[in-house]
Amino acid sequence: MGYDGRAVVEGIDLRVPAGTWLSIVGTNGSGKSTLLRTIVGLLPPVAGRVEVLGGPPGAAPRRVAYLAQSRREGFLLPLRVRDVVRMGRYSARGLLGRIRPVDEEICAAAMAAVAVGDLAQRPLGTLSGGQRQRVYLAQVLARRADLIVLDEPTSGLDAASRARYRSVVREECARGAAVVAATHDVAEAAEADLVLLLARRVVAVGPPAAILTAENLLATFGVVISTLPEGILVVEPHHEHRTID
Amino acid sequence: MQRALAAGLLVAVAGAVVGTFIVLRGLAFLGDALAHGVLPGIATALLLGLPSLAGAAVGALVMVAGVATITRRSRLSADTAIGLLFVGMLALGVVIVSRSASFAGDLTDILFGEILGTSHRDILIQVGATAGVVLVTLVCARAFLLLSIDPEQAEVAGFPAARYHAIMLALIAVTVVVSFTTVGTLLVFGMLVAPAATGALLARRLGTMMGIATGTGALSVVVGLLMSYHFDLAAGASVVLVAVAIFLVVLVARGLRSGAPAADLPHGH
Repeated sequence: MGYDGRAVVEGIDLRVPAGTWLSIVGTNGSGKSTLLRTIVGLLPPVAGRVEVLGGPPGAAPRRVAYLAQSRREGFLLPLRVRDVVRMGRYSARGLLGRIRPVDEEICAAAMAAVAVGDLAQRPLGTLSGGQRQRVYLAQVLARRADLIVLDEPTSGLDAASRARYRSVVREECARGAAVVAATHDVAEAAEADLVLLLARRVVAVGPPAAILTAENLLATFGVVISTLPEGILVVEPHHEHRTID
Repeated sequence: MQRALAAGLLVAVAGAVVGTFIVLRGLAFLGDALAHGVLPGIATALLLGLPSLAGAAVGALVMVAGVATITRRSRLSADTAIGLLFVGMLALGVVIVSRSASFAGDLTDILFGEILGTSHRDILIQVGATAGVVLVTLVCARAFLLLSIDPEQAEVAGFPAARYHAIMLALIAVTVVVSFTTVGTLLVFGMLVAPAATGALLARRLGTMMGIATGTGALSVVVGLLMSYHFDLAAGASVVLVAVAIFLVVLVARGLRSGAPAADLPHGH
């Protein structure tokens, strides 16, 4: 997978069943975003085959939700929080379909799930970066998609919001959705069903207990890792230390 | 004078609706370039004795296609491609007009408009174009809004970004083409951006932003024409000057009220 026929990440052979949370872990430039953008159909695969929900990527837009790593945040759009979350229903209703009461209920539930319900009437521009990230997460949840693809969804979130995010992902999986999320956070990945360690190639893939070993993490991050009595200590450059039980 | 007022108000409506998304998407530079890119088309039509509207339409088409092609093939950023075409088309337009016997008069009319010379036929064309622009914008509003935040997210949600971007460019082009006789190619951009930017400063909702943009655009037309009539000033320029002045007044007033930096508007590209 890559750009303009040039592979950025190679050798991926993976199937993500419905109701599964796959966490993709790697450093900056490891190919996480390239992989996610290929899955949602924004990039064609350089070689091989990618199948999403039984068809080629991009063929079922109503069933796939995507949260990109960054958006146009510099400008304060004249939108309230509830307007942004309602945009998550546009895919289901199309250009002209009426937003129905059931859509409003879905949006309210999505806002409650990431604790932005009390911000519903607030203009987007008055929120902090973390609050805005939660609003965009709510928009993705409002899609009620079968495949949810998230590119570093917890960046800018505090510890409480990260914990809430993890429980939301679990709820989405319980609903039957597959969640594919890229992260730098090894502790977060440890809670997923499957972990894919990327370093422009697949370092390892499988259940976190089997995959998040000192050896694999060293191969992924290329930095010092030591084993402590309470777990593995990963020293990531430019990131905080993490201990995995 | 009544026809001038009607023409001006129609420009205000189309400009506000399209301008709202120009401001939200940060397409101001492209809008400006498009407004100037029609010049060679108009000039050629003028020389050949063809309708200037047809020439403007061809000019806009060439400009839009040129920006897309240069951006795709050269790997240059869009603003470089837009800037190159912008000056290239402007220069070409002036060179073509310079072949005309009444060079100065023609160029002034094209660049600054001739709102007081608006014909009944011009108004009818403007009514049709404005209705079309408003209708298409309302139909595509959801896609345009998604594009304003993140084109890739819009694409994944089933709203092809390239398609809706092209529709938006076409709307800008139509607005420019039918408005240039009123306020001129140089000033039409002011009516696309100034009222919408004022709306962006004041509104918390998209509909409100469009409403404020339409209101300030209409106010600019009325006040600008009155100024032009009473003080013998250039009509099109007066209208745009009022629109920009309203924006500046709102900007300063908002800054004074909040005590914060006055604005956080998008950068053009």
